[in-house]
Amino acid sequence: MRLAGHYRTLVKMLAVSLIAVLLSGCSSNWGWYVVSPMTKSGMNNLLFLIGGLKYTLLLSVTAIMISVVVGLLVALPGLSENRALKLFNRTYVECIRAIPILVMILWVYYGLPQIADIQIGVFWAGVLALALSDSAFQAEIFRAGIQSIHRGQYEAARSISLSYTDTMRFIILPQAIKRILPALGNQLVYMLKMSSLVSVIGMQELTRRANELVVTEYRSLEIYTILIVEYLVLILIVSAGVRWLERRMRTDEGS
Amino acid sequence: MTDLASDARSAGRTAPIIELIGVNKWFDDFQALKDINLAVLPGEKLVVCGPSGSGKSTMIRCINRLERHQSGRIIVDGTELDDDEKNIRTVRQEVGMVFQQFNLFPHLTVLENLMIGPQRARKMTKAQARERAELYLERVHIPEQADKYPSQLSGGQQQRVAIARSLCMEPRIMLFDEPTSALDPEMISEVLDVMTELAESGMTMVCVTHEMGFAKRVADTMVFMDAGEIVESADPETFFGNPRTDRCQRFLQQILGH
Repeated sequence: MRLAGHYRTLVKMLAVSLIAVLLSGCSSNWGWYVVSPMTKSGMNNLLFLIGGLKYTLLLSVTAIMISVVVGLLVALPGLSENRALKLFNRTYVECIRAIPILVMILWVYYGLPQIADIQIGVFWAGVLALALSDSAFQAEIFRAGIQSIHRGQYEAARSISLSYTDTMRFIILPQAIKRILPALGNQLVYMLKMSSLVSVIGMQELTRRANELVVTEYRSLEIYTILIVEYLVLILIVSAGVRWLERRMRTDEGS
Repeated sequence: MTDLASDARSAGRTAPIIELIGVNKWFDDFQALKDINLAVLPGEKLVVCGPSGSGKSTMIRCINRLERHQSGRIIVDGTELDDDEKNIRTVRQEVGMVFQQFNLFPHLTVLENLMIGPQRARKMTKAQARERAELYLERVHIPEQADKYPSQLSGGQQQRVAIARSLCMEPRIMLFDEPTSALDPEMISEVLDVMTELAESGMTMVCVTHEMGFAKRVADTMVFMDAGEIVESADPETFFGNPRTDRCQRFLQQILGH
């Protein structure tokens, strides 16, 4: 994968600051030994921290897949002429958007099992809360994307007798998705960061593991610095991936 | 207004394939169509002209229900257009439309643009649809552009692809909404040539156009619209040689004068 110019600069800056931080760790204020790969316990700590990556990724990716589907299903009624369908769309978006993600996580994990009489694990509670929260934003993104497609495209599709579903599936959505890809990429990055909030209900993702290690090692500065680096690297890779996808889809159209 | 059609009918010919009876349409307070009566016989070529804003585009857009009329009746090939979605789709299967802005699907290749209708709306297999698409691409003289994307074609080529896309549905009627108005002058004739060939093949056509040379060559009936009304309707010879109304005379002077 080819990195764009400013990405390379960013990575260089990152490397330089990392070295600076590591060097300053020689002074008495820093205690890098806590995550030093040179010692056995340091190595164990480091692996414990990095092990959270799997859950952060799993949480975010599962949640975004659900929120994209739900978002689209909420966006479509919003584009209809029917007042009731429009009202449904507005109510959903306005209500869900007004709930802080952290509150949503707590409510889904502690509240939902009581009213719905179901058992819900930490992982699925996290996924559900993140997906629900994000779906309101996805709905707005899809609505804007679909509305940006010229009216002539609908008319041409209808004039060759395509049904509503076919028009959406083959004509409108492929063009709309190409346009909203940068916004979808944004949401994925946002989701990766917001997944850290699921740590409050005990999900063993990156942030939770860092918190747990701080409690036993008392080295918050070093451990949270590692945590920042973990998110930064993860998100830089994801961003580069989204950009690559955008470029590929652009060349798809010939010019 | 329907003299010609009723003449034809009383002479024992076939019933009209398109019939508009007392059609009215408003956009909010603005009345775009005023009591339109029109009958088009199978195989007839009707050319509609008139100043911009006269309702000619609105009228042909009502024929395949891209616009909804508020009163009166529109009957296309025996199916009356009302709010029934099934009737609308039946009519659209029989009526092709070519737009001023081409409206090709930019994310699909030329061939895919042509195949999507037959595949999805006519339930043909991919192979059948491809065969038909290649046939009609040949008919509009650009078989070599099959795998390109619309943005890689000239305006004239794009409009010919749009015509082929409609023809792939094998409609009984073709509507043209100012098909050459968005084209550079040197590309107009290649599109008009394709339309003339189509006319010669016996297709029923309703064309909104300012190309009077084409109209004289092809039209069976000329219709002049102004302010939402059909002001004049006659065969080309009478229409161009001896227009009845002042409004039509003035319009023709302006359009033929330069």
